[in-house]
Amino acid sequence: MKPILKFLSGREAGIFVMIILFCTAVGIYKPHFISSNSLRIILLLVPLIMIGAMAQMLVLVARHVDLSMGSMLGFSAMVAGLMYRDMPEIWWPIGFLVAVGTGAVLGLFNGLLVTIFNLPSIIVTLGTLNLYRGLTFIISDARQINRANIPSELKAMSQTSPIFGIPWIILMSFAIALLTFYLVRYTQLGRQIYAIGSNPNAAPLRGINVTKVTLIVFIISGALSGLAGIMYASRWGFVNPSNTGMGFEFQVIAAVVIGGVSINGGVGTVLGTFLGVILLGCVAAALPLLGIPGTTQSAIYGSVILIALLIDRSVRQRATANTKRSRA
Amino acid sequence: MIKKTILSTVAAFTLASGMALSEDIDIVFIGKNTGNPYFDSLTQGFVEACDVIACNFEFVAPATAEATSQIPFIEAQIQRGVDVIAISPNSPDALNQVFDAARAKDILVLTVNGDITGNEEHRDATILPTDFTKVGADQVEMVGSLIGYEGEVAILSATTEAPDQNFWIEGMNKTLETDSKYSKMTLVATVYGDDQPEKSTTEMESLLANFPKLRGVIAPTTVGIAAGAQVVQSRGISDTVKVTGLGLPSEMRDFVKDGTVEGFQLWSPYNEGWLAAHFSVGLKNGSMENKVGGTFQVPNLGTITINPGNSINTQAALTTFNAANIDDFNF
Repeated sequence: MKPILKFLSGREAGIFVMIILFCTAVGIYKPHFISSNSLRIILLLVPLIMIGAMAQMLVLVARHVDLSMGSMLGFSAMVAGLMYRDMPEIWWPIGFLVAVGTGAVLGLFNGLLVTIFNLPSIIVTLGTLNLYRGLTFIISDARQINRANIPSELKAMSQTSPIFGIPWIILMSFAIALLTFYLVRYTQLGRQIYAIGSNPNAAPLRGINVTKVTLIVFIISGALSGLAGIMYASRWGFVNPSNTGMGFEFQVIAAVVIGGVSINGGVGTVLGTFLGVILLGCVAAALPLLGIPGTTQSAIYGSVILIALLIDRSVRQRATANTKRSRA
Repeated sequence: MIKKTILSTVAAFTLASGMALSEDIDIVFIGKNTGNPYFDSLTQGFVEACDVIACNFEFVAPATAEATSQIPFIEAQIQRGVDVIAISPNSPDALNQVFDAARAKDILVLTVNGDITGNEEHRDATILPTDFTKVGADQVEMVGSLIGYEGEVAILSATTEAPDQNFWIEGMNKTLETDSKYSKMTLVATVYGDDQPEKSTTEMESLLANFPKLRGVIAPTTVGIAAGAQVVQSRGISDTVKVTGLGLPSEMRDFVKDGTVEGFQLWSPYNEGWLAAHFSVGLKNGSMENKVGGTFQVPNLGTITINPGNSINTQAALTTFNAANIDDFNF
């Protein structure tokens, strides 16, 4: 009984209830929504957002925000894409290293601006959101990397599977979620990130190198955006200077916040973030299935985000009250 | 009489060469947005035309294809004092005022690849790739031929407010309703992927889930047809569901080669640029006239007619691409 109560009082409960309610409601109208095929559609929708959300969770926990993720995704994907186009004979997995490395450098730059000049991350990353996007246009000469230039092995990763018919990119996104869980739960770095976010003034007094930890958080954010970038090339088979990654940060932040990560820092779990991503995936997959016209989809999508936050809040409050009563 | 003809011919030559000696015509083409591969090919048509005739060419475009994002670009070109503004408008009405301002400065305003329907009086002429009234019927015939003129079909479009898309979809609906050749085909849904690969893919998956008997999908948009083809390819159902529409050969080549897509259609964006450049220079140096019913000659394209509404088409019908000819096209 105790673990269940603990789960119910956690931030994950509200979002979990929301997923069940939403899927049941859709399933009543469209029974074929409850099928393994829908699950496949949902899971194929979320890998990029899942990876971005894990990074954004760490950033938010450290009491920062990274608005430049979509542009880092686009720039990293473009660097890898240009490499594939101009060096067609290159061993294709190098693209992963290039994209992740590029992203890490961009993330480091964000981190340096935030730490050295002590600037608010929302302003810094708002600037680099535009800077990196502009650079993507410049390095690509505003031209798209076409399907023919993306290695077929890379594209196949979104379709072929090592086990259970689950495509590679889905497994990779789950692996990133697990790694983040490990980082948060079992490493000193993980605990330090939470300590900084809970109380930035007290953290240095406890011997935490705030600058170093903050830099690492932004580097992780950049590197994972880069990973999402190469996965974009895999999933969609092209890299476009203007579309690739556009609006990515907002999808990611929506998922993370629904997952119960506090924008005030210090609070957030990997499970909650994971469930937040899945809920948004369910909604994105269900709206067209319900035959809702495109014009109203984004209004409904936005409403669902708000409703999810409200339900999450009320469920948690009730659960917290219950735990207190049972403890008493 | 003969003397007179010779004299006037000489006079005409002198006049023409005098014009040619004067400064080159400055043409700017403003695309819908940068990074759009479609406009690479269109721009190439302008560039190569200006290599052989007397014009300077520049391509500019905003980062995003929003209704008002082209206005600052047009204003900058008016300031610069170009001779011709060719533009693929992002909005049918948001640009009226700035077009008027350009024309007041004697700048020729041509809409290319899309028109400002309902506000035609704010531009000088429009150059469209083909007769848009026939696109809907051609596309229905295309999908019909792929599915044996029988079964359920759906349309996967771009955005709900795109004027071209809606015009073609209207044509498709009309053709399906009125032409008895297609009486065994039913249009079961029209969905919109907003020209985003993610959304187009989700809409395509939903079509397959909601209509298990679906036989064909028309996606008259380059992003939509590629997304639709990718879904069919990854599910391995290209034998039962035929995806076609309007696409770029460079983006569709893989799908045609592996048999996912048997055929699709488009026109030559290159020829639009090529024609627009020749027409611009012709109007500015006086060798052509922008008059409805008039004709003029364009190298490689032959005789071009100016249709009602000062509308010019670069080709009469859509080009169909399939495994046999796709390697002949490089755009």
